[in-house]
Amino acid sequence: MISTEGLVKRFGRTRALDGLDLTVRTGEVHGFLGPNGAGKTTTIRILLGMTRADGGTARVLDGDPWSDATELHRRLAYVPGDVTLWPNLSGGEAIDLLGRMRGGVDKKRKAELLERFDLDPRKKARAYSKGNRQKVALVAAFASDVELLLLDEPTSGLDPLMEEVFRDVVQEISDRDGRTVLLSSHILSEVEALCDRVTIIRAGRAVESGTLNELRHLTRTSIQAELVGPMNGLAQLSGVHDLKEIDGHVQFDVDTDEINPVLRRLTEIGVRSLVSQPPSLEELFLRLYEPEAVK
Amino acid sequence: MTSLAGTGGLVRLILRRDRIVLPLWIVLLTAISVSYVKEYGDLFPTPDSRVKYASNAGFITLYGELSGSSLGEFVTWRLGFVPVMVGLISLLTVIRHTRVEEETGRRELLGATVVGRHAQLAAALITVLGANLVLAVLLALGMHSQDLPLAGSIAIGILYAGTGWFFAALGAVAAQLTASAGTARGIAIGVLGGAYVLRAAGDTSAHTDGPLAWLSYLSPIGWAQQIHPYAQNRWWLAVALLAATVALIGAAVALAVRRDVGAGILPDRLGPADGKLGSPLALAWRLHRGLLAAWTVGFALLGLLFGGVAEGVGDMMRDDPGIQEMFQRMGGAAGLIDSFLAGVMTLVGLIASAYAVQATLRMRVEESSGRAEPVLATATSRWQWAASHLVFSLLGPALALLAAGVAEGLAYGAAIGDVSGQVPRLVGAALAQLPAVWVLAAIAIAIFGLFPRASMVSWAGPAVCILIGLVSAGVSTAGWIRDLSPFTHLPSLPGGAVSAGPFVALLAIALVVAFAGLIGLRRRDLPA
Repeated sequence: MISTEGLVKRFGRTRALDGLDLTVRTGEVHGFLGPNGAGKTTTIRILLGMTRADGGTARVLDGDPWSDATELHRRLAYVPGDVTLWPNLSGGEAIDLLGRMRGGVDKKRKAELLERFDLDPRKKARAYSKGNRQKVALVAAFASDVELLLLDEPTSGLDPLMEEVFRDVVQEISDRDGRTVLLSSHILSEVEALCDRVTIIRAGRAVESGTLNELRHLTRTSIQAELVGPMNGLAQLSGVHDLKEIDGHVQFDVDTDEINPVLRRLTEIGVRSLVSQPPSLEELFLRLYEPEAVK
Repeated sequence: MTSLAGTGGLVRLILRRDRIVLPLWIVLLTAISVSYVKEYGDLFPTPDSRVKYASNAGFITLYGELSGSSLGEFVTWRLGFVPVMVGLISLLTVIRHTRVEEETGRRELLGATVVGRHAQLAAALITVLGANLVLAVLLALGMHSQDLPLAGSIAIGILYAGTGWFFAALGAVAAQLTASAGTARGIAIGVLGGAYVLRAAGDTSAHTDGPLAWLSYLSPIGWAQQIHPYAQNRWWLAVALLAATVALIGAAVALAVRRDVGAGILPDRLGPADGKLGSPLALAWRLHRGLLAAWTVGFALLGLLFGGVAEGVGDMMRDDPGIQEMFQRMGGAAGLIDSFLAGVMTLVGLIASAYAVQATLRMRVEESSGRAEPVLATATSRWQWAASHLVFSLLGPALALLAAGVAEGLAYGAAIGDVSGQVPRLVGAALAQLPAVWVLAAIAIAIFGLFPRASMVSWAGPAVCILIGLVSAGVSTAGWIRDLSPFTHLPSLPGGAVSAGPFVALLAIALVVAFAGLIGLRRRDLPA
């Protein structure tokens, strides 16, 4: 559905994208994560044919996003993270305009979505709040009959209730209609709830890609233990990080893959008490987002 | 007075934001006004020549009636349109620093700091009323420095400032009425236009001893004009203007306390729930129609005015044996008026090119506001998107020029009793400007397509051409400089000889340059 290889984009001296690989399979909801300025929006703009890549290849729906842009746009819909609308057009006019230019609006679907997102389409765009402008773009995108949706931080400005509606709708179009979604997001609960696979990018490069289960293996378990004997050899074990000892209490993080040998060593020393904290994706993301992670 | 807390800081903010525009219009309007004293003193040295020049019906519509034949009165009369511009600038500046601030949400940001409820309005008014006062002082000093009487010079300063004050306060009221700055501007400019029309109708009626002379006294522009600087210096009219200003400011404050920040007194109307727009062209029509209507009406009015004064200008010039001799060689009285009309057409063409550039740059506005992106993410190609806008930047000026030609033909034709002959002649002359207008539009397209961040440089096109036109009319200018302007290459119409060569050449240049811009647009990043 989408594949890029070694995508490069330079803006003056900065390299916004530095060899990005991204694969989105047909029918999946693919999470696209990364810190601000990592290159998510640039990637989506290249996939839309708005921006031209300086190097590498990109394919969208078996076409070239740059030269086949107009044809491809009939088959995809896009929601930007910051929607600006024509101030003197009503929300309904903007939805119909974008839908018609894409190839047609499903009236029934539009009415249903307006109802679910609780949006008054008669208001002029200048009277909408940020969240309501976002809803206009979401309704326009979800009401079109397309194979692929490119959503660039689409829920910014939505309240938790609408966030919930958004999740339901994405789940529906994915499960029921088999549509493919590329979802760029900062909201981990949203990604956990919706995405089959995720790609994490940093400084213009993909640092991790896989299913959430695969990524969970990359997380670390946090362990606090009170030991009977001295903690000999613990620091040398692979997968142990940030080891600290205070009065016979040790505290460290361990890579989830390496947890067995570490536990074996602990029992050899003798454990009086042990607390372990389950791996959390949040920690993983925070770790991958940090600048050192790439090195 | 906690409701005014923070006003001083806001005044400084406005002065910082307008640090170039504000001094620029004050100095420019003063300089132009003062320069008229010498210029018109030289052109019309005798009271008789002044009275004769000013008694033309077209000029009376435009500038009002002459109060007396002294140089000061004559110059004040000839400057009759400048106070209207002062009023326009004043109301626009007030709305810019009140309603626009609210519409963009900046007022909220500032309002959450220690800034009182009326501080924004007070700061905008203080700045604009102050700017008008500075203008009045500079103008009085400037006029007096040209050996005009001091009292009259102060009076003309007050004439300008009084008009500015009134319309600044009117802008403050309009800013309270609607949530949209565009509508507020529309309301205020509408009142300004109405005041001007009342004044014009009243003065025209007075000139012909008609029954409608009192209309002038309904118009604040009329009041200002009736101050009659250098004649009676009727100060009580200045006091009346000041009182009206205070009343309007009071009304604005009263309205302001009855509404929420961001909202207007008039409710925002709801739009349709379902849209009919479905194509790039339909969208472009929605985005351009207001501009198109405004320019077309403006051009028609311009045509009426110039067509109306043409014959009088001919009369006036014919009285001067020197000019008469010169124009006799060029083809007699008909040649004289034709050369005036041709000059007017060039001016109209230059203004039309400003419209063409403005309409072309709408694409840049759409791009940098982020509104082009969702459109281009649909099955709309960049060619289609650009074409939908270019329909208006190329054909819009054509429609405006057509309106100017028809109106000028009607007005001049009615004056000399030859409507059926003059309309097609002047429509042809107006439309003949198009190739030059399109060259400047094409340059704007090229800059937008190839160097989008420099899009504003496109305004240099009309600006340079206007400058070349102005300079070469008075001073002898090197041929190659004059040749830079596409307008130089057009035949002098009506009256001149026409050949296809320049038209074909200009159209070819426009086509090539525009095409280069469109290719650039197709190949570049968007937004860039």
